[in-house]
Amino acid sequence: MKVLTAPRMERCIGCHSCSLACAREVHRRLSWDTAGIRIHTSGGLSTGFEARTCLACLPAPCALACPTGAFAQRKGGGVIVRKKLCIACGACAAACPVDAIFLDVTGEPFVCLHCGKCVPFCPHECLEMAAVATGAAASEVVS
Amino acid sequence: MIRDHFRILKVDLASGKGQVETLAGRDLYVGGSGLAALLFQKYGRLTAPWDDPEQPLIFAIGPLTGYFPLMSKTVLGFKSPYHDQYAESHAGGRSALALRFADYDALVITGRAPRPSVLTVGNRRLEVREANYLWGMDVVTAGKFLRRKVPGAGHRSILRIGPAGENQAPIAGINVDTYRHFGRLGGGAAMGAKNLKAIVIQGDGNFPLPEGKDYAKLFGEVHRQLTQTQMMQKYHNLGTPANVAVLNDKQALPYRNLQQTSSPDIDGITGERFAEETLLRNVACAGCPVGCIHLGYVRQRFHADHRYYFRQVGYDHEPIFAVGAMLGVANCFDVLLLIDMTEKMGLDVISAGVALAWATEASAKGLISAQETIVPLSFGATRQYEEALRHLALGSNDFYRLLAQGTARAAARYGGQDFACVLGQEMAGYATGEVFFLSQALGFRHSHLDTAGYSYDQKVEARHLNHALDFLLQDEQERVLLTSLVVCLFAREVYAPALVADCLTALGYSTLAGQTEAAARRIQQLRWHLRLASGFDPHQVKIPQRFREVSNWKGPIDPTFLESLRQGYAQAIVSLAVPPAAESAAPDQGTAARKQDNGEKQ
Repeated sequence: MKVLTAPRMERCIGCHSCSLACAREVHRRLSWDTAGIRIHTSGGLSTGFEARTCLACLPAPCALACPTGAFAQRKGGGVIVRKKLCIACGACAAACPVDAIFLDVTGEPFVCLHCGKCVPFCPHECLEMAAVATGAAASEVVS
Repeated sequence: MIRDHFRILKVDLASGKGQVETLAGRDLYVGGSGLAALLFQKYGRLTAPWDDPEQPLIFAIGPLTGYFPLMSKTVLGFKSPYHDQYAESHAGGRSALALRFADYDALVITGRAPRPSVLTVGNRRLEVREANYLWGMDVVTAGKFLRRKVPGAGHRSILRIGPAGENQAPIAGINVDTYRHFGRLGGGAAMGAKNLKAIVIQGDGNFPLPEGKDYAKLFGEVHRQLTQTQMMQKYHNLGTPANVAVLNDKQALPYRNLQQTSSPDIDGITGERFAEETLLRNVACAGCPVGCIHLGYVRQRFHADHRYYFRQVGYDHEPIFAVGAMLGVANCFDVLLLIDMTEKMGLDVISAGVALAWATEASAKGLISAQETIVPLSFGATRQYEEALRHLALGSNDFYRLLAQGTARAAARYGGQDFACVLGQEMAGYATGEVFFLSQALGFRHSHLDTAGYSYDQKVEARHLNHALDFLLQDEQERVLLTSLVVCLFAREVYAPALVADCLTALGYSTLAGQTEAAARRIQQLRWHLRLASGFDPHQVKIPQRFREVSNWKGPIDPTFLESLRQGYAQAIVSLAVPPAAESAAPDQGTAARKQDNGEKQ
């Protein structure tokens, strides 16, 4: 099992290619918001960039908070999303400790699925799919 | 959003209100340069002065903006305070994608705010707020306050002016997201005249993509070409400052007000030197994986006890030429210090540097003295130039207020017209030969990017009039299509006509894809029509004597060839300036009605 990690964000140039790739390839949208990874500054371009993306929690607070089962625990961390079950209550986003879930204007949640489709679009290898154990120590990222 | 028409947000600063308008003409005018011209034709006042409150500021993007890599530029169309004629200036940063996600093909700003104000627009927001507290602030400080006021860090674009723009200096630029600019021809003064300190664009919308896999597949291929081939390597590596050493070796780098075209001191300001000693990191315009923006730093000791502050400063070939080579400042950190001052003051760094280069030579020749310049100017004197830049932005006396209107105006008053390095506006950093000099002097934007004249000079040895004229006209037409899409011109070799057609087709613009050449020609004609109708006479353009005295690797400039080019290009421009058919500019109410019937947001 692999999860998306962002171990080299100090290399980020703020091109948003990852966000745009996720929106395009996964969610079929043109967007830098409705994506599982979003790039922000910490207050101006001189401060560098940070990635808002799922840290693959295990257990995942968002899955625990979801009242309908639309967000379910994924093996190795993160969540499996079943949009048909979602009632757009926003509980997942409120529960996420790292602001990784974006709610659009209709309340539809967008979160990283750890598919890795964004990774090849990063020009500086900021992102990486990392293997994780799926047993007892499942929250540990194996490099 | 993909649509066969244009969706425009028009804001009146006087009332603080706006309206969304629909305009036909996608297949005729594309977007970007074409859309800006179309909108200026509709809203601009050709013969009224630039500071007439009703003159529009038009920020336009194109049909491919955000949909493909490096489709990352915004075109500003406006009546220029520099020459009081229709003009364009281009910038990147996040402005283009923010406008895309705000879901406007163009933002048109008219009127004058009663007091200093900030305009905020977004997908679901329009607001004009008073901002007296920002007036007088430099660009850096204003940026810090503005970031506090509007949410969306990373997904918004903040355009602001500094003291130069507030003072309506015609060489004031508009800062975009700290490191990019609508630099040339006085956009900053146009905002200042409207009491508009800043524009914040929130990119907070999102749109469906075409069905099927073709679009994503094509995107992947374009991305691969841009990132995994050597096509963009020069921008990715040293960036545009790589030109400094190359041009110096060719004796084609304007140095000390173009008294020289090379210098033995150049090692201190080459792209290699900047990269080795000052480069901290690169950043990118949104939607561009190349990341050509090179950030160096200034580090200043402000206390005997080893106390320092530092700031990150963007650098490129043009700023290094303008406040480095032209001023005889041959140390990379000194150059960054001067660039930093132009950034804070909100000056166009090219015009400011070239203007001070003229003032330095005029001082040496006794045409002006410290009575005018306040600080004594001499080539290489960084600290004095730092002060002079401040005076230029603040308009500290009559001399600086006149110089901020452009070097030619100051030279007309004080003398020294022969060595005023003006080609339509202050020259860009190439002394490559006759074709470049003419391409900037007569080019639509008076920019080194109107056509690749500097490249032609380097590639074509022979001086053949018709060949050169054909090149200028054809290259301008090809570039006007690119600036209508709107692609960064650094990617012009990637976005060849066939790929442009494929990209348009993938998004459903198949009609436009089949007639891009005709559209480019139409836009070229409309732009020149607006330019000439607002007062430009290409036959009256003069090339100062200094340019005729240049000698580079090709030998001395050929004055006869230069004059033949001037006359031929001027005549060609006059022939191009054809007013467009009337029906194409009218709003397409039919299209608007159909879209409303379909439930699409207007």
